[in-house]
Amino acid sequence: MMRKRRAQAGSGSDHRPKEHARTPSLRAGRIGASLPWVVVAGLLAAPLTFVHSSGLFAYLAQACAMIVFALSYNLLLGETGLLSFGHAAYAGLGAFAAAHLFNRGGIALPWLPLAGGAAGAAFGMLFGAVATRRAGTAFAMITLGIGELVAAAVWTLPEGFGGAAGVSIDRGSGPSWGAWTFGAPREAYVVIACWTVVSMLAMFALGRTPLARMAHAVRENAPRVEALGIDPRCIRLAMFTLGAFFAGVAGTLTLVDVELASSESVAMTRSGAVLIATVIGGSSTFFGPVLGALVLTGMSVALAGVTRAWPAYLGLLFVAVVLRAPAGIVGWWGAPRTRVERDGIRVAARTHGLGALAAAAWLAALVILVETLYARRFAADAGGAWYLGAFAFDIGVPSTWSILGVLIVVGAVATRCARRARRRACARANGGVQR
Amino acid sequence: MQAFAVATLNGVSYGLLLFMLSAGLTLIFSMLGVLNFAHASFYMLGAYLGYSIAAHAGFVVALVAAPVVVGVMGAALERTLLRHAKANGPLHELLLTFGLAYLLAELVKLVWGLGSVSFALPGVLDGPLIAWGDATFSRYRAFMMATSVATLAVLYLLLRTSRTGLVLRAALTHARAVEALGHDVARIGTLVFAVGTSLAALAGVIGAPLAVVEPGMAEAVGSIVFVVVIVGGMGSLGGAFAASLLIGCVQTWAVGSGASLGSLAHIAGVRLPPVWASLAVSQVAPLVPYALLVAMLACRPRGLFGRREDDA
Repeated sequence: MMRKRRAQAGSGSDHRPKEHARTPSLRAGRIGASLPWVVVAGLLAAPLTFVHSSGLFAYLAQACAMIVFALSYNLLLGETGLLSFGHAAYAGLGAFAAAHLFNRGGIALPWLPLAGGAAGAAFGMLFGAVATRRAGTAFAMITLGIGELVAAAVWTLPEGFGGAAGVSIDRGSGPSWGAWTFGAPREAYVVIACWTVVSMLAMFALGRTPLARMAHAVRENAPRVEALGIDPRCIRLAMFTLGAFFAGVAGTLTLVDVELASSESVAMTRSGAVLIATVIGGSSTFFGPVLGALVLTGMSVALAGVTRAWPAYLGLLFVAVVLRAPAGIVGWWGAPRTRVERDGIRVAARTHGLGALAAAAWLAALVILVETLYARRFAADAGGAWYLGAFAFDIGVPSTWSILGVLIVVGAVATRCARRARRRACARANGGVQR
Repeated sequence: MQAFAVATLNGVSYGLLLFMLSAGLTLIFSMLGVLNFAHASFYMLGAYLGYSIAAHAGFVVALVAAPVVVGVMGAALERTLLRHAKANGPLHELLLTFGLAYLLAELVKLVWGLGSVSFALPGVLDGPLIAWGDATFSRYRAFMMATSVATLAVLYLLLRTSRTGLVLRAALTHARAVEALGHDVARIGTLVFAVGTSLAALAGVIGAPLAVVEPGMAEAVGSIVFVVVIVGGMGSLGGAFAASLLIGCVQTWAVGSGASLGSLAHIAGVRLPPVWASLAVSQVAPLVPYALLVAMLACRPRGLFGRREDDA
């Protein structure tokens, strides 16, 4: 019982910054609230005007599916306070069902995500009936077990999943809409982008329904909801089914993008990826998961081309966010603004400047260390060294170690100064309040 | 019949190995209120460290040194990171251990490479112990059973008879009262974390010669251990013991069985479509623990020996 109460107090405090950020003036708030929508719409429409960069096309199609996936995940984590380790199961099963339906013919590609979503929701309701009987850690472990069950079943069972090769579709083979056969990447992208916007709007609206409010109540204090005569399990199951529906939509968007549903689409790594994206972006705001999905896809596309060590950076970023910024990147972004309001621009600039210097030095030291270690392990044929311009970093060379040492000293000193400046600003603000 | 007996012995030895993992996990959960998602990563770390130490100093040294090193690492992680995350609630602790599992897998890839390493059996323990016709029970499995039983017996005695064990058992249920009596509960928590992780590492070392030591092994074993903990009932050591043996035996029987799904369905009086009926039971063996989990939760959501209102 004690533990439960602490859990609710903990998750409750995560959601408070959002209310704070909303308060200032109404008009500024409204402009601020519509800004992310404009950015997302611009980002999705941009490749249609300059089509020629196919790399951007692939990135955005992948990012679209991830955005829907992360938002569907946040229906559980952010809205209902349920941590799931097996969310990819519903995306993957939805994709398999959609692939079979499409191969039988009779459905046009633009309607396919609806079919995938329905299949995802059906499986979500089936497994959710078992999983949502518990909450908290037990729920997390049950979803992990169910996720493993589905992943193992896709590997072993002969019927329906196509074994290791998966089930492939030819998206140009379905019924066409006028001149649109949806075979070309550009036409498929339009379908994906439209569905992303529709799903985002639907989930945004869902967050304003009484059901979502009840889900918040279940997240904060389930026994109290039960005392009011509403079964928290029903609310959890409803949110779980809706989350599985949008997961199915996201899985089908990936299917439309890559034309293949395979064991990879239900794999636990994908469940882990959506969890990481949502937490990194921030589960307490609507646009947190969107940002997280963009960051994750950006890292897996851009950073993976540059360095082998990108999973290590992703893991470090995740741990840093969990430890230092529980409200995610979005919540962390709001912190400087409140500090500027409190301390005035000059003091805030100094503390943040010192903080930024410290962070930059530590980050540079970390990158050099990680890259040097990875080069030693995985680039042995290149002499175990890596190059920044013409400069070689190698674990056996003193210059690498001296650069590392300098960066660590700079980082340590800057951290100390920043901490002292922050403490002084804090003391001054508190003194002002007392006077 | 002999084959069945040997399969049962193999199942029990596998179950005992699972219990070494799930016992640590259960103790940590009861004491710190966090299900350590990275527990299987410490098992993997134990296997890899055991491999490295055994290559230089022999198997016996590895048996002692690897758990100690991993236990110290676990204690350090608990003190530095886990305590920080506690302020943000148990879900954040679970997320942190998830991140740790991810990073430990990366660390293992960085230090030992992407491929699998082969852990040689020590010469004395190589070969069969009992042979009944075709069915043989290997010496190494007997050694595995003996080691796990001995370790668990020592742990039980420490918990039951020593003063630290007494304080620890009190702290599991009445942390506040124990703190008020002047004991450092936070330090006991660190101790429990260290003991749990070193148990996992020991399981890694003794399990390594029979398993494939590769960076994916934590994931493979981890999900089974979590199934064990849920089926047994979270926070119950007895439940974890029963569930470990149950899952160990059922899975070993399924792997060794020559029956097909069709023949099983025939006994139950159901007819399956031919594609399904020709599927061997050994092929669907990986599904068995998870199917058991779903069945258990559908009938009894709190697990075998779990308490009812354990929702956290």
